[in-house]
Amino acid sequence: MNAAAETIGITLNDAPHALAVPATLQGLLSQAELAQRKGIAAAVNGEVVPRSAWAMRALAEKDRVLVIRATQGG
Amino acid sequence: MTFTDVWRRHDFGAVSRRIASKTPADVRRALGRPRGSVDLEDLAALLSPAASAYLEDMAQASHQYTLERFGPTMRLYAPLYLSNVCANVCTYCGFSAHNRIRRKVLTDAETLAEARVLRGHGFDSVLLVTGEAGRVGRDYLAGSLRLLRPHFSGLWIEVQPLPEEDYGALAAEGMSAVMVYQETYEPAAYARHHLSGPKADMAWRLETPDRVGRAGVKKVGLGALFGLSDWRTDAWFTGLHLRHVETVHWRTRTSISFPRLRPHEGEEIPVTPFSERDLVQAACAFRLLSPETELSLSTRESEAFRNRAFRLGFTSMSAGSRTNPGGYASAPESLEQFAIDDNRSPAAVAAFLRSQGYEPVWKDWDSTYDGFAERGGARRAAAQALAL
Amino acid sequence: MSPSPLVIAGVEFSSRLFVGTGKFSSGEIMRRSLEASGTQLVTVALGRVRTGGEPDDILGHLDTARYRLLPNTSGTRSAREAVLAAELAREALETNWLKLEIHPDPKYLMPDPVETLEATELLVKRGFIVLPYVHADPVLCKRLEEAGAAAVMPLGSPIGSALGLESRAFLEIIIAQSRVPVVVDAGLGAPSHAAAALEMGADAVLVNTAIAAAGNPVAMAEAFRLGVEAGRTAREAGLGGRASAGAPARASATSPLTSFLGGGAP
Repeated sequence: MNAAAETIGITLNDAPHALAVPATLQGLLSQAELAQRKGIAAAVNGEVVPRSAWAMRALAEKDRVLVIRATQGG
Repeated sequence: MTFTDVWRRHDFGAVSRRIASKTPADVRRALGRPRGSVDLEDLAALLSPAASAYLEDMAQASHQYTLERFGPTMRLYAPLYLSNVCANVCTYCGFSAHNRIRRKVLTDAETLAEARVLRGHGFDSVLLVTGEAGRVGRDYLAGSLRLLRPHFSGLWIEVQPLPEEDYGALAAEGMSAVMVYQETYEPAAYARHHLSGPKADMAWRLETPDRVGRAGVKKVGLGALFGLSDWRTDAWFTGLHLRHVETVHWRTRTSISFPRLRPHEGEEIPVTPFSERDLVQAACAFRLLSPETELSLSTRESEAFRNRAFRLGFTSMSAGSRTNPGGYASAPESLEQFAIDDNRSPAAVAAFLRSQGYEPVWKDWDSTYDGFAERGGARRAAAQALAL
Repeated sequence: MSPSPLVIAGVEFSSRLFVGTGKFSSGEIMRRSLEASGTQLVTVALGRVRTGGEPDDILGHLDTARYRLLPNTSGTRSAREAVLAAELAREALETNWLKLEIHPDPKYLMPDPVETLEATELLVKRGFIVLPYVHADPVLCKRLEEAGAAAVMPLGSPIGSALGLESRAFLEIIIAQSRVPVVVDAGLGAPSHAAAALEMGADAVLVNTAIAAAGNPVAMAEAFRLGVEAGRTAREAGLGGRASAGAPARASATSPLTSFLGGGAP
């Protein structure tokens, strides 16, 4: 068994991403160049994960990650 | 926030001075307001001496608003005195604990005898009245309501201030309104006239309409006993109280009464002036402040006055009243709480109203669904509890 | 004399004009319009981040020291979605203030009263300062107040319609009986509409399209500022009786009603 080659499939804002295990939310957001961005918030499967907990939040196959930011609106 | 908090923000003397300073221009501005937008500053103007010159204009508007909202109708009701036992010493009341009168609490049989007489007159709404005593607390009242509910569609109470739970329990027995008059909103006068007994606790009384509203009672009646302090200021505070109830307890309807000090058993006390003209001014001011509130005209007033004043904003009248327990059937000669001044029979009052194009209304339609469903919100909470 | 400040959830606002940030043609026009409006509270929406592209962040154009942000929940169609949006907004923008708007109806964007009440109850329990956007429904506004809403935001007319205060009769009732600030939101097309709302007794207004879509948004923002100030100042000055809305007391030429009373007027 080749652990290094093992990956999982998740979605980030509905776009598919493949992540090497062990996968965390922090890792995903770093890969997507979002980890440093201010003014965003992330939820996994509809549960908000505070920025301070991103590194702790493990991701599993088929997890749905939503990342939002402020935009124009009334 | 209860009404005591609201009340504390307004000094009685300062309000008196503000009312006294109102000008004819202030009165004209208040009179020019669209219906429903008269505020408490306008009320001060309408209650002021300056408004006296505009009384006819106020009366026309009050008459018009009342017709538009209520039609040419007048609800007739009767007080049913259940007891004159009272632990309070109040300077102005015939039931005051120090007065050496025969005390009485109606038995079930006596209560039913009173009910039969009132039904015979055509009444369908009665106001149950007691003094303030443990004997006539929640259990006694609940028993009386159970006894009377088959006979009347409207059961209102004017009894000692009760805890919120008691109001809820009595509402479940068919009680649909609580009358609780503050007597006066001036702390010094309140203390001067309520010498001892539970009624001496002014804050407990001030907060009673809040407890009534929280308990989900359908109607609460407010008022001051005019004659104890400056009537204009007491009327303004009644308006403040009305606004509080209308906004906080918005599910509860309101009514306003205008009791004047009447001759009673006990020592004579100094009475501040409050004329029939003043009463009309107060009633019209309230109609302009609140087109929706009910205004009640008491049998304390004379036949001649009631025959003219009834169309100036009033929506309910008592008729043929006896203010002593057993006064209708079992003990017509026992001591009254106060003297009444319109001694006509209910039938005579009704006939007079009809001759004036008004329809006397006996029934309390609002009670149609009482006891058949929970209040709004309760059902929702229950549904949520089930879903959890 | 400057008009008295507005207080919502313990926070004071000297400006009674709230401005939405939607539909501006550029960040720079928006920035200058907000400045001209004098506003202290601006709404923002939430959107998904685009990955791979340039950050399209509105926050770069908003001086958050100057403006309190009021994130909205637009795009949600149920209480459940609104709760998620609220928690995301709190995390992203570090504010617990929220304009709650739930419109399952994509055509008219009419707010859903049932979901809005339920979401208000849930969000207040979770510590949010909730300002719900609703139809001008007096009973609903009282229910929201009881549920703990910090203010209510009834609509003046359909959103984006510029029709003004079509809901006037109901707004008057809401204003008369509300114990929390009333912010008229949606449908205000001209500064005169905003002035009329403030004259009527509304505590504030929220304007977006009328400014953002104006020929000159910066000048229109200024005009709305003046309209709101005029309306509030007039309100506090005490409008003459018949100047306020609605039908005044009808004069009737019936016979005298008070001639039976003695001691009367000259």
